[in-house]
Amino acid sequence: MANSTTGKPKVAPIETVSLMSVLAPAVGWLVPGAGHMIQKRWIRGLLLFLSIVTLFLLGLAMQGRIYRANGGDILDILGFIGDVGAGGLYILTLANDWGQGAIAYATADYGTKFMIVAGLLNFIAIADAYHIAIGKKQ
Amino acid sequence: MTITLNHFSAAAVFALFASIVFGITHRDTTREMVRYGLYCFAMFLGGVLVAGWAMWVVRR
Repeated sequence: MANSTTGKPKVAPIETVSLMSVLAPAVGWLVPGAGHMIQKRWIRGLLLFLSIVTLFLLGLAMQGRIYRANGGDILDILGFIGDVGAGGLYILTLANDWGQGAIAYATADYGTKFMIVAGLLNFIAIADAYHIAIGKKQ
Repeated sequence: MTITLNHFSAAAVFALFASIVFGITHRDTTREMVRYGLYCFAMFLGGVLVAGWAMWVVRR
């Protein structure tokens, strides 16, 4: 009877972490679309930048509200997670004390949602930039 | 600067930009990206119209 323990132990493949696989998501978080641009996907990066930045700025212009880290309420925390995805835009908004809308009318609430969705879309763009960096996508 | 969009234009703007990101990130080739982006845009706007008419029917 063959002893299965006598065979050579299987060695797990070593996963190499390239510089780009770390840099692309980080840069992509800070500036939407930049994770694609540094990998020479210029048009994709530009379209992502325009889409995410325009959505976020429209949200601000519609008097949307920006969520902060210490919201307390669970929905505020979820809103914060969405907003923080916008990276540099979120930091810029906090630094300038923008996004203090009181949500007095329906479109202001749409503005709040626009900014959250812009952040969430940037998370998807970051994941895409990472997949390009590791060669999973062209 | 304050922008006031009505409900449908807000939904259309949202659909446009979300569709662009979905198209780019969910498909591999340029042709597939364009097709999927257009599909998402149509589904977003179609969903808005269907939901709008459904609410109109419920309200009657």
